[in-house]
Amino acid sequence: MTDTNSSNKTGGSNNSAYWSTNLRIIIVSLIIWAFVSFGCGILLRPLLADIKVGGTDLGFWFAQQGSILVFLCLIFFYAWRMNKLDKEHGVDE
Amino acid sequence: MDQYTLNLLFVGASFALYIGIAVWARAGTTAEFYAAGRGVHPITNGMATAADWMSAASFISMAGLIAFGGYINSSFLMGWTGGYVLLALLLAPYLRKFGKFTVPEFIGDRFYSPTARIIAVVCLIVASITYVIGQMTGVGVAFSRFLEVNNTVGLMIGAGVVFFYAVLGGMKGVTYTQVAQYCVLITAYTIPAIFISLQLTGNPIPALGLFGDHVESGQSLLTRLDQLVTELGFREYTAQDTTPSSVLNMVLFTFSLMIGTAGLPHVIIRFFTVPKVSDARWSAGWALVFIALLYLTAPAVGAMARLNIIDTIYPNGTAEKSLAYEARPDWMKNWEVTGLLKFKDKNGDGLIQMYNDKSKSFAETAESRGWKGSELVVNRDILVLANPEIANLPGWVIALVAAGGLAAALSTAAGLLLAISSAVSHDLIKGSINPNISEKGELLAARLSMAVAIVVATYLGLNPPGFAAQTVALAFGLAAASIFPALMMGIFSKRVNNRGAVAGMLTGLIFTLVYIFLHKGWFFVPGTASYPDTIAGSLFGIKSTAIGAIGAILNFAAAYLVSSVTEDTPDEIKELVESVRIPRGASTATDH
Repeated sequence: MTDTNSSNKTGGSNNSAYWSTNLRIIIVSLIIWAFVSFGCGILLRPLLADIKVGGTDLGFWFAQQGSILVFLCLIFFYAWRMNKLDKEHGVDE
Repeated sequence: MDQYTLNLLFVGASFALYIGIAVWARAGTTAEFYAAGRGVHPITNGMATAADWMSAASFISMAGLIAFGGYINSSFLMGWTGGYVLLALLLAPYLRKFGKFTVPEFIGDRFYSPTARIIAVVCLIVASITYVIGQMTGVGVAFSRFLEVNNTVGLMIGAGVVFFYAVLGGMKGVTYTQVAQYCVLITAYTIPAIFISLQLTGNPIPALGLFGDHVESGQSLLTRLDQLVTELGFREYTAQDTTPSSVLNMVLFTFSLMIGTAGLPHVIIRFFTVPKVSDARWSAGWALVFIALLYLTAPAVGAMARLNIIDTIYPNGTAEKSLAYEARPDWMKNWEVTGLLKFKDKNGDGLIQMYNDKSKSFAETAESRGWKGSELVVNRDILVLANPEIANLPGWVIALVAAGGLAAALSTAAGLLLAISSAVSHDLIKGSINPNISEKGELLAARLSMAVAIVVATYLGLNPPGFAAQTVALAFGLAAASIFPALMMGIFSKRVNNRGAVAGMLTGLIFTLVYIFLHKGWFFVPGTASYPDTIAGSLFGIKSTAIGAIGAILNFAAAYLVSSVTEDTPDEIKELVESVRIPRGASTATDH
């Protein structure tokens, strides 16, 4: 692991800015993650009961399909955003 | 060509393919054996991860669970996919950057504690072995049903094939075989679903058909299904039980499955095989794409199969005369032989009735019709395998499903065996017993421990302990309560030290184990449970399958508490955490 320490010494403040941006992106992503699954799929389902989707309600759709589709978007968004952030902070490989 | 020859042909051809790949992808070094030389393309790795992850449970059992449980079992869909978000955001890129071979190795290094490493090894082995038993029994069932050989011979053939490509090829062989297995299993899963969706809804995409219209009745498919199941005394298929305790259990169960998924070592080690940190991020996305292809189809398969079964038994509507036992279709006869489908003519009218005989409000209707209890018992696990027969699909589709079920079970078994063997050879032998072992010696140790693991798994598959089904909760509980929190704190906190990590892991582990044992019996011995495993009867009003989430929270709490009153982490550990967080330098990180 000795070779990896050199990158830390070059930019401690840069690295901490990189890390706090990363944490912000993670937190926002996880809020969306929890909102579609635990929120729309389970806890908020009674509130969404009036929105009809294909013979049932929106909450059922979120529980069986919607949340999976949002999860997919989240992971690809995160990969794209972080790879961009890596380059902005010069920490890409 | 008869069905037996077709089955033999499809299964034989798929096995020949796996063995061919194994010969081509032999592993020569430990890096190739543990991490496929870190040269796997992210999309390839995504596909292999999907096959690794989707076990006999996903392929065979999940649609059946949804078919008979309806909305409440959406937990499996959200839980087993939502875990990938956690993997992609919280674990995979950093563990890839760390650049070592096993999960316990990270825990041992980050928390500078051999004890933590050993606890992780124990959790890993227990979780993986319990998981592997399920795969092996699945292989036995598929063989005995489709190839008409007895269970023992079937299991031996399956174990022999896994032995060949996993021991020979290690992670490299397993990766490329898993890619082939993914292709087999996804084709096998979607083709019958497409046929059935076309028959019922006219829509070739099952996921859209689920929310489409039922051709025969003109109603929405789900409305139709809700109506039919309520006519038979069941709760509506799409209905939610909104009592707070039920909602709480669904949330905790879903959450346990999510963090359990993210903490399962055989999934995590797949992300060690890609060349770069950015590849690990993409790869998690691709893995979920390939998983979603099956998981978006599964609820459609479940709902449509439920509808087909009701229509088969009540061809003229639920209030009219039901199907005569003598006139039952061939698939019922075939599955009766296996004992997974049972009929008992309780009212002696020679007709099959299947309804909710536990519903009090429906009892009166049932009595007025002369029904004396539900007469057909269908094991949930046969649903996907019997699906093509239920829908009268051609013989080659049935053969394809047989090959797909085997692919799902074998690919997961190989991934688990690899996780076990690397934990034994790398963490136990090289890590503590003999640190000076040569590369060649370690490779031999890895192969030998894999061989032993296969023998143990085969033995347990042949003589499945009575508790095989319950242990799935154990595998997820352990991964959720011990491994996931330790990995996450190792990356996101510099403050959690060796004592904190050990205290946290032990707290999560012991709490979860004891809670499961209190509800399922000590070491799953029947009759030793202190509480019934129901929402109302359980100790904290939480079923034992959902307790992993609470175990994880206790793990975090204990780790932070103990760390805050003990000494700070050394500087070199802070530097290690810093370096794990920054992608640059991953390609040069090595195994030592």
